[in-house]
Amino acid sequence: MTKANARTPFWDRTAFGLTGALIVLLLGGLFLPQWLSFFTNALYLSIVALGMALLMRTGLVSFGQGLYFCLGAYAAGTLDHFWKVSDLLVALIAGGLLAALVAAILGLLLAKYRDIFFAMLSLAFSMILYGLLVKTSELASTDGFGLSVRTFAGIALGGPRTRYAIFAVAAVLAFACAVFMHRYFNSHLGRLATAIRDNELRVEYMGESVRRVIHLNYVISAALAGIGGVLMASAIGHVDPETTANWTISGEFVFITILGGTGSVFAPFFGATIFEAVRTYAVAHFPNTWQMGLGIVMLLVMIFLPGGLWSAFRTRRAA
Amino acid sequence: MATILEARALSKSFGAVTAANDINVRVEQDSVVGLIGSNGAGKTTFINMVTGYLKPSAGSILYQGRDITGLQPRQITQLGICRSFQIPQLFNTMSVYENIRVGVGIAERSSVNAAAPAASVAHSQIDQLIEDFGLSGYRAQAAGLLPEGVRKSLDIAMAVAARPRVLLLDEPTSGVSADEKFRLMDMVMSALAAQRVTVLFVEHDMEIVSRYTHRILAFYEGRIIADGEPQQVLQHPEVRRYVIGEQLHPSASREVSRAAD
Repeated sequence: MTKANARTPFWDRTAFGLTGALIVLLLGGLFLPQWLSFFTNALYLSIVALGMALLMRTGLVSFGQGLYFCLGAYAAGTLDHFWKVSDLLVALIAGGLLAALVAAILGLLLAKYRDIFFAMLSLAFSMILYGLLVKTSELASTDGFGLSVRTFAGIALGGPRTRYAIFAVAAVLAFACAVFMHRYFNSHLGRLATAIRDNELRVEYMGESVRRVIHLNYVISAALAGIGGVLMASAIGHVDPETTANWTISGEFVFITILGGTGSVFAPFFGATIFEAVRTYAVAHFPNTWQMGLGIVMLLVMIFLPGGLWSAFRTRRAA
Repeated sequence: MATILEARALSKSFGAVTAANDINVRVEQDSVVGLIGSNGAGKTTFINMVTGYLKPSAGSILYQGRDITGLQPRQITQLGICRSFQIPQLFNTMSVYENIRVGVGIAERSSVNAAAPAASVAHSQIDQLIEDFGLSGYRAQAAGLLPEGVRKSLDIAMAVAARPRVLLLDEPTSGVSADEKFRLMDMVMSALAAQRVTVLFVEHDMEIVSRYTHRILAFYEGRIIADGEPQQVLQHPEVRRYVIGEQLHPSASREVSRAAD
């Protein structure tokens, strides 16, 4: 059978690669506790970027994914702060569902728009939420509020174990999301995303609703952003509008996705890790000009690897 | 034979320009109908209205007795009316195999074609379409890199992948070399022969039209000026004058007479 018509086995090379990466991460976290924060940050950013990659494969760029990241973060925060529910699993379910629900509603409108109009409208929605949060004193407006994670599915976390537990949950979730997205990319609906990016007219004339597929992909990407937001809030222990819903956060998600590429589920992980490394290094060494470091990296990637960093591996393999 | 598609008093205007004017036509099941006419005569407007790309200004379209006027293209496709395009509409970054795979996948999930086949059946359908349309040598190649004739074949194969009962082909041989035209049409017609598909196709080459159709509809200024068997229509005085351009090009007229014979 040729490569062109090879069928995807249930657990293929990518899934095995992801499994290997998960094992290495979980073991590495045990021996390198000083790196837990770094990798937890990279993991939640990767989950959001996975959703962004799905949108980009559909030909859409969202500049407002911070909206769903923020909803996830605030879901976790309000559960702990107002209802004293400090279970990470409950927060993850609530954050993911809330983001998906809001996306299902907003998506009805957004799925009608393309290109810059989609990008700007998504940005407008996220900035509306940002504005609302800034003006809502009940949610501590710009100051935000703290939260703490005490259990996962009823199992007590506490003391030094908490950081590793949140890291491990982030790693397992990122793995699960990546496997799910890998299966999705190789499914009929996943192929439709690329088909829509290439030629919407043809998809309609083959009997499929373009708007329905875009709506579905938008909801999936929002749910992933919501999960990422919960993990971020749980890891940092604080939520505020500036670090969740502001447009610069949405911009970072776009940055990471372009940096990594959209050709594989590994790409967002790659992009997020490089982004986090460059940011950490640049902030430490050039605290006043750290954005310039990120800008230079992006410039180099766009010139030499327009398909993202991951495309370097694909090109080498093809060669 | 049963009527599968019917247009009743179908008209379409764009401001002061009338692109289709009171078109009344019935198409029988399993027939092959050629649509001829000069540029701007209303052929593609007719196809665009039947397939939902344009909403008629007046009149109605019936498919198997059901009024489909104003339905969305995807709804019309799901009912069994599919089309190809004058300029092939492909998924350029995807391979030939993936292009057809998307089409077969959509047809599987369509509510009308609810009896979805097993994955292995779907793959055999894709392989069959690739073979039927002469695409075996290109299956892994990106659609955007294909020669024009192959793009045309793939465009039609994708329309067939949607499992049509009525197939509308908009100039299937345009942009294809003279040597390739008959090979392409032979391939298309033999691929469709076993499937009981009603075919309407727009064509400017009268030899193609007369060889492959049972019936011709000749359009002029948005109207159907002649409707009948190829020999009759191609000898019709108005067709000879307005479609073939007999007075302007006597050589074209001789060619048509030869084709009609």
